[in-house]
Amino acid sequence: MSAILSVDRAQKKFGGLVAVNDVSFDVREGELLGLIGPNGSGKTTMLNLISGALRPSAGEIRLKGERISGHAAHHIARQGVARTFQLVRILPSMTAEENVVAGAVFARNRLWGKDAHALAQTLLARVGLEGRADMPVAAMTYIDQKRIELARALASDPRVLLLDEWLAGLNPSELQIGIALIDDLRREGRTIIMVEHVMDAIRTLCDRCVVMNTGTKIAEGDVAEVLSDAEVVRAYLGDDDDA
Amino acid sequence: MTLDQSEVRVGLLGAIAVAALATLPLFSQGYYLSLGVNLMLYAALCTAWTLFSGPTHYISLATAAFFGLGTYTVGLWVDHVPFFVLVLGGGLVAAVLAGLVGAATLRLSGVYFVIFTLGLAELVRQLVSWTQTKVSTRMGLYVFTDFTEVHIYWMLLALTVAVFVTGWLIGRSKLGFAMKIIGNDETVARHVGIDTARAKIILFMISGAFIGIAGAISAPRYAYIEPPSAFNPMISFLVVIMALLGGTKRLWGPLVGVIPFTILFDQVSAQFPNHTPIVMGLAFLAIVYLLPDGVTGRLEQMRARMKRSEKTVGGEKVA
Repeated sequence: MSAILSVDRAQKKFGGLVAVNDVSFDVREGELLGLIGPNGSGKTTMLNLISGALRPSAGEIRLKGERISGHAAHHIARQGVARTFQLVRILPSMTAEENVVAGAVFARNRLWGKDAHALAQTLLARVGLEGRADMPVAAMTYIDQKRIELARALASDPRVLLLDEWLAGLNPSELQIGIALIDDLRREGRTIIMVEHVMDAIRTLCDRCVVMNTGTKIAEGDVAEVLSDAEVVRAYLGDDDDA
Repeated sequence: MTLDQSEVRVGLLGAIAVAALATLPLFSQGYYLSLGVNLMLYAALCTAWTLFSGPTHYISLATAAFFGLGTYTVGLWVDHVPFFVLVLGGGLVAAVLAGLVGAATLRLSGVYFVIFTLGLAELVRQLVSWTQTKVSTRMGLYVFTDFTEVHIYWMLLALTVAVFVTGWLIGRSKLGFAMKIIGNDETVARHVGIDTARAKIILFMISGAFIGIAGAISAPRYAYIEPPSAFNPMISFLVVIMALLGGTKRLWGPLVGVIPFTILFDQVSAQFPNHTPIVMGLAFLAIVYLLPDGVTGRLEQMRARMKRSEKTVGGEKVA
């Protein structure tokens, strides 16, 4: 399988702090890649580099062989990268349907009018919000707002979907629904990069994962193997001496 | 293009209102016509200003710059070029300036934008004054035309209609939808593929063009134009006050501010000409403390509250 997204020695410095240091990995077409690591290890910064929210200080990110790093976020979105945010970001003054249409109009899909609204209806049903198209999103529960955000990202028919702790903050039963939903997307053949702390989800969903710690990649590969890797365990739990 | 029923109704009511307003000169040629011109001028200016500042929440104090450029375009060439060409030209010049300013400043955050636009209006005024003293010997320009107050009134009415139609068209366009998203969350806007800087610049240019046209139409009214009157910063402040007083969330919001304020301001400047700054100051305080979303915003809030209490009274508590 060929790589749809390649991260090549990406680096991000904030002044003296190196948040992401020489990280490289490939994402294959149709794969669900988990990006994990302890708090502050640079996972969200890595996603921000891919989506264009931040520009890398060095290194390159390519989508289907074309460089996207260094371009503005709207340009990258039009190339086919869509994302959700760690702290859910909805468009509060708009209805559920309009929120989803927002994803369909300007990015890769470029739908407008009836087509965009039809797609929004389909996607709302898909994420479990059927019949609530006209509801103001500000009045929705947290998980429903997350569903809106996911539907909005899907509306652009992205080549690569970035999920930034999409499952965080859900209660156990919501979590099962959330996992099933992502699993469904994976089966459909979507390429997904998922930053996640919920280990159950990582084990059930991911084909492979990349582990980061203090800005560097410390492991990559099959989920079970990576999670039993000595360095990964140390990153999460600390040295034996500390305990 | 398809129109739904309420749009047809609003369109018809609007057409009747415009027709009624167009007959004003038949009833009065004096004070009321002059007041009517002022009302129309500020209706056009405030609505045009709101096209940009409403959705973006950027407070532009560059109104005087665009207005003055329109006035000067007419003043400079009125003896050589047909008036209507100059009116369009005034809009074009203002749009170009808006484009340059937008490209330079719209990436900045709100506060810097306000200061920049205020400085810009002053800079343009000084540049025009300086050029005039270098190139010609007198400070101002004479604008002699056959237009009377009645013609200016009709032209400004037509301009106001054009601003409203444009605003409505933008509202149903992709640009309008993009602005709505930007107003909600600019980060999301960028990540769904909107070139936010470009969208804002286009809107600022449209808004500036209309203000420039308003300035061009107003030029014959002055007869003699000079920088301090054409680039009067008072225009910028009055536009901001009236638009915010009315509310910028709806296209017609500014009108609610323009009508009472223009009449009040007119009365005060006639009877206490030295006390107009007090009126402006009080209006600013009222906006900041009592009406942050303007009169229309407050009305909508009250309506929403009434709806909610109706629901609770009805026994179905919606939590």
